[in-house]
Amino acid sequence: MKIPLSQIAHARSGDKGDTANVGIIAYQDKHYPILVREVTPERVKAHFGPLVLGSVERFELPNLAALNFLLHESLGGGGTLSLRIDAQGKTLGAGLLALEIEASESEL
Amino acid sequence: MIRIANGQGFWGDWLDAPVRLVEQGPLDYLALDYLAEITMSILQKQKEADPNLGYARDFPPLIARIAARIRERNVKVIANAGGVNPVACALEVRRLAPRLKVAVVLGDDIFSRLDELLAAGHAMNSMDTGEPLSTVRSRILSANAYIGAFPLVEALATGADVVIAGRCTDTALTLAPMVHRFNWAPDNWNRLAAGTVAGHIIECGAQSTGGNCQADWQSIPDLANIGYPIVEAEPDGSFVVTKHHGTGGRVSLETVKEQLLYELGDPINYITPDCVADFTSIRLTADGPDRVRVSGIHGRPRTPFLKLSIAYSYGWKAIGSLVYSSPQAVEKAEAAAAIVRARLAQLGLAFEEIHHEILGANACHGPAAPPHPNPPEVQLRIGVRGQDRKAIDRFTRELIPLVLSGPPTATGFGDGRPPVREVVAYWPALVPRDSIQTRVEVFE
Repeated sequence: MKIPLSQIAHARSGDKGDTANVGIIAYQDKHYPILVREVTPERVKAHFGPLVLGSVERFELPNLAALNFLLHESLGGGGTLSLRIDAQGKTLGAGLLALEIEASESEL
Repeated sequence: MIRIANGQGFWGDWLDAPVRLVEQGPLDYLALDYLAEITMSILQKQKEADPNLGYARDFPPLIARIAARIRERNVKVIANAGGVNPVACALEVRRLAPRLKVAVVLGDDIFSRLDELLAAGHAMNSMDTGEPLSTVRSRILSANAYIGAFPLVEALATGADVVIAGRCTDTALTLAPMVHRFNWAPDNWNRLAAGTVAGHIIECGAQSTGGNCQADWQSIPDLANIGYPIVEAEPDGSFVVTKHHGTGGRVSLETVKEQLLYELGDPINYITPDCVADFTSIRLTADGPDRVRVSGIHGRPRTPFLKLSIAYSYGWKAIGSLVYSSPQAVEKAEAAAAIVRARLAQLGLAFEEIHHEILGANACHGPAAPPHPNPPEVQLRIGVRGQDRKAIDRFTRELIPLVLSGPPTATGFGDGRPPVREVVAYWPALVPRDSIQTRVEVFE
């Protein structure tokens, strides 16, 4: 069935220059494999559409049941150059939690 | 065991947090982080205007406020409040709190050494673009090397009550007292990585104790009196993250995990001047109410380089806004943006970028959230950036006329024309470690 990512994960996002980082953390360790399967770099890039001009990289932290994404060229130049209201990507974590993912009842 | 707290996550953080930390419970070290990447350039300009300035001006009055208490409880303060003028900062602290012994770490500021370093063959290419520093040499406003924990350890060894650094890493403020008290060797990479992770967890103040936390945020108690983070560090590199009893906020696996992921790049290679920490080795366990135990951390040898924080004058920008109400609030805001863009084009003005977004209609998440069908009001936010200050200035005159000459219901223009702001950009680069020498000066 389809569920919002927010049902099984929380998040925090921040910036490094024109790259935003988005950390996605499973509330329960048993849900980490769902994150790995469902929250791919391709889906993250498609989710944010024109907000992310560059590539999306993904890193795995199984010890924290978490994934870390780097969204390159996603902050309008970054830091002081950016003309965006969210120049530091502070809200992108919450934005990614709106992603719809597929999970079976037995997994949940 | 030693207790290290962070009482300031950035310059502008809660003024009362460090005061409460020394009043509300036991503490050995109080770390305060004042510097963001662009802060140094602002401080450099202040120093050029007045040679007695160029440091975090909130810091000396804070120390005066807590001076009696930190002497009584033997709490040592470590801060990167020195900016580009740590000696002036120390003298002001001594003027306001004459009984305190102050140690200053110098050598990170390479603004006056740039030509010497370039002549020695250090290109200091941008880590973002690969361009050599010479392309922006004439526009550089400040230049500092990020220094690590060991210069701070040398300062702590003088017995100072207050240690003031310039551009040290945020994590070094927490790692230094551990190295000092536990005599960790400079090549004990696992220990140094453990202290670095502890520093990462507390360097943003209350962001590890329930602030800006998405996990069940409405249930986090008493954010008005949030407790700032404390690390209870052991000689074996394990530590507990906690906060003073009776304070607001929360320390849980969720709050600590969120902060561990904040501004993280490749988790296996968290590079600092002191070591390379592996965030995939971190083990977290719940350790009772508002306590999380952290252990198992692996580290690898430090790199032969130090990172530089260089700020240079890039150009100018201005951002203005107007509010439109329903009905058709979004359509009105879009129509207004189109008019501004058309008028700028008619004037023949060139900008590097013109950007508009509509607050209330997914400016933050773009297509990631569905649009609201009929928001009661939205804010058009439109900005320009470029090298030509006159063009930016002209832009600031093109917004308010729309109140009378554009779509209906424009309001929210009470602040008048938006200000033109200088854009100071950040140039990250590397230099060999041995080209930076630090030293400690004591004032007593």
